Amino acid sequence: MNKEIFDLPDIDMAWCPGCGNFGIVSVLKEALAELEIKPEELVIVSGIGQAAKAPHYLRTNFFNGLHGRALPPATGIKAANPELSVIAESGDGDMYGEGGNHFIHTIRRNPDITNIVHNNMVYGLTKGQASPTSRKGFRTPIQVHGVFPEPFNPVAVAISLDASFVARTFIGDRDLTREILKKAIRHKGYALVDIFQPCVSFNKVNTYAWFKDNTYRLEDSHDPSDRQEAFRRATETTKLPLGIFYINSKNSFEENIPIYGKDKTPLFMRGPDREKLTHLIRSRI
Amino acid sequence: MNKGSTVKISGDVSIVLCGAAGQGIQTIEQILPRVLKRAGYNVFATKEYMSRVRGGSNSTQIRVSSRRVSAYLDRIDILIPLDNAAIPHLKKRISPDTVIIGDSEKLSSDLEFIDVPFSGLAKKIGGTIYENIVAVGMLSGMFRLDIEMVSDFIMKFFSKKKEDIVRNNITAFKKGYETGTDFCRSGKFCIDIGTDKEAAEEILISGSEAVGLGAIAGGCNFISAYPMTPSTGVFTFLAQHSDNFDIIVEQAEDEIAAMNMQLGAWYAGARAMVTTSGGGLALMVEGISLAGMIESPAVIYLAQRPGPATGLPTRTEQGDLEMALYSGHGEFPRVIYTPGTLEDAFYLTQKAFNVADKYQIPVFVLSDQNLADLIYNLPLPDMSAVNVERYIIKTGSDYKRYELTEDGISPRGIPGYGAGIIGADSDEHNEDGHITEDLDLRIKMVDKRLKKLDLVRAESVPPELIGNENYETLVVGWGSTHGAIKEALENIGSNDISYLYIKQVYPLHPDITDYLENAEKTIIVENNATSQFGKLIKLYLGMEFDSKVLKYDGMPFSVEELAGRISREAAI
Ligand SMILES: Cc1ncc(C[n+]2csc(CCOP(=O)(O)OP(=O)(O)O)c2C)c(N)n1
Ligand code: SF4
Repeated sequence: MNKEIFDLPDIDMAWCPGCGNFGIVSVLKEALAELEIKPEELVIVSGIGQAAKAPHYLRTNFFNGLHGRALPPATGIKAANPELSVIAESGDGDMYGEGGNHFIHTIRRNPDITNIVHNNMVYGLTKGQASPTSRKGFRTPIQVHGVFPEPFNPVAVAISLDASFVARTFIGDRDLTREILKKAIRHKGYALVDIFQPCVSFNKVNTYAWFKDNTYRLEDSHDPSDRQEAFRRATETTKLPLGIFYINSKNSFEENIPIYGKDKTPLFMRGPDREKLTHLIRSRI
Repeated sequence: MNKGSTVKISGDVSIVLCGAAGQGIQTIEQILPRVLKRAGYNVFATKEYMSRVRGGSNSTQIRVSSRRVSAYLDRIDILIPLDNAAIPHLKKRISPDTVIIGDSEKLSSDLEFIDVPFSGLAKKIGGTIYENIVAVGMLSGMFRLDIEMVSDFIMKFFSKKKEDIVRNNITAFKKGYETGTDFCRSGKFCIDIGTDKEAAEEILISGSEAVGLGAIAGGCNFISAYPMTPSTGVFTFLAQHSDNFDIIVEQAEDEIAAMNMQLGAWYAGARAMVTTSGGGLALMVEGISLAGMIESPAVIYLAQRPGPATGLPTRTEQGDLEMALYSGHGEFPRVIYTPGTLEDAFYLTQKAFNVADKYQIPVFVLSDQNLADLIYNLPLPDMSAVNVERYIIKTGSDYKRYELTEDGISPRGIPGYGAGIIGADSDEHNEDGHITEDLDLRIKMVDKRLKKLDLVRAESVPPELIGNENYETLVVGWGSTHGAIKEALENIGSNDISYLYIKQVYPLHPDITDYLENAEKTIIVENNATSQFGKLIKLYLGMEFDSKVLKYDGMPFSVEELAGRISREAAI
């Protein structure tokens, strides 16, 4: 499939020139086209933030909801119609801060969705405050003495929750990002793809060069089924590994929904059974 | 208790059972009202309970009547205290006419009581666990219910238990039955209540069940919620029946997730709902606003309890009308139904799904602990009057989700059904659903969304006038106060006082103005401290009630209390 199928005409993009977000949308289109996913069969759900505007910049179904709340509607959409491909995409502040509780519980629930997080270690849209992934000492107009709390480690958290697919990449490495996105989308169950994305306007510390110098690809020999090892690699701090840390295939949320056990029909094609309802009402005599 | 002549309780008897949580009043509650109804009695039951799993004092009132009753009474004709705390707990409601039946092995009281050795009898049968069924037997005996019918019911009730347990329960029932029939024979007291065949054929359900059945009838196939008393009854009911009715049930991590999940589900073609109480609604508020912006249907069952904050978790109040009305930032239409009867709880919940889908707006079904937990018998609902109306369209490739139309309603497509692309955006958006800051378009979109309010107003549920059309005084109530107001006015028996029952508080039905204008005096009855509906009437109709009858101690109005307060207000 040609990736142009995802192009939208006449869009006025709200991103700064040079921002890592452009690369993410472009690589995502490539990955989707290579996977032959049709725009009509895909829904991209997002929250609020610069990253969360991504679904406005490609031609597909979208649900751009509230700040921090991409994962619950994504779960609802996939459950209501498991035939749809569903991606939940937002920034690090949105997914790990405002939506942190959903992040934890969506991993536990394991819906068959791909969770793409544009991780720029800063709040872009609100102009440069610290995010949960900001590194210690990062100064902002609010954190005037620098960030004090430990940065949130989404990869380690996801592995600790036994997430079914956990990966991290850097948009500076397009090939790796494309390959990971393809595997994540194809993966059955919840898949986290944390993507380092430089914010050229508000993060002058974690730049393209910084990510290039401070990341490296996991070796081919890394065994993603080894949870202990995956966790160990996720907690490395001197240089940050990129790649698929952990895969644990298990039943997805939708597969565990009893109504799909014998009949895969999506909800909108089903109707209530009036006879059964009459029977239930009569049982109350 | 009066000594001497035999007490005769006729027409309507109020039986109250009271004990600690965990003492098993529940089994009695589950068996007795149903067998009484099957015998043709009109039955009403309600409970008041503490927010604890063990201990405390909980009571259940069962009214058995020759006419339909649907409200709580202060009066206790027969009290069955299961422990020593029960009598002090209910002291205000015990009168010299109250017949008390207790077990002297457990009960010591200055008040005279009929001693029935529940535990002694139960122990002889096999253990104190049979005490409840001895009590069921005794009460059945008092009404001379058909032994076969009740035994049959008990057998089915315990059918999952071992054979000897079932047998012991039947023995316990029969032992109790003998004691019960003996009260009248030995001149202690007799009960004389008429039965009617109709009641025997009717259903006996709770407010929670009525809402749950209404949801199923409305085509509900997705519920995401977070447990919170008193809304959990509906959540549980739908979970219990989910396999049979293809309902996806998800207990969300919090109410924020529950609400947002519901919106995702509607977006993809489900008919979804959430259930919650005030504190949970507080967390859903942003999601309600999202429903307004993305023009998503939403059904919100809000079972009120006294606030602020955690308040009185197991008690009742009509304190969240304003919250339902104003929840969600920004301006967008909504509908709020306030059923006061079990029939309306069923029909209005059913309707909520159709109206939400048709107008793509959030619809509230406002209830409270009082309505959720009460039960009474009612005729089978008319299934020909309930239809699942669907408004989803199959889209073409040029589909625009927010197409600007004459009436403001843009046909709703869903992803995966047709060739169209379906957008939804919490930002202001263009017709495709893409983010916009075009301020002229902003005005068009606001107008489009608000236009729908006129359409839903035209479809508002009319209020119901109960009583004489040429009234002088009009008593107005909404929601769960219905049963008590109705019966209070029947007891007052004045041709000059009528009652207007409001089933939809927003948007208001135009007839309400006329009804209010026709009254010389208006009285609003509300289970809250500030008369929230009164304020709403003032805001939207510019009218003020002449007097207010309010209650906010966490208990519903009793019939007697309301009759007294309404008569006083009407006389002034
Ligand atoms: C409830 C709520 N709180 C705050 C905001 C304001 N807000 C919008 S985006 C954002 C943070 C964005 O940071 P991030 O999610 O990292 O995305 P980025 O803009 O960096 O891509 C905040 C605080 C909001 N829209 N809603
Ligand atoms: S603010 Fe930062 S994240 Fe947002 S578009 Fe600009 S560079 Fe990108």
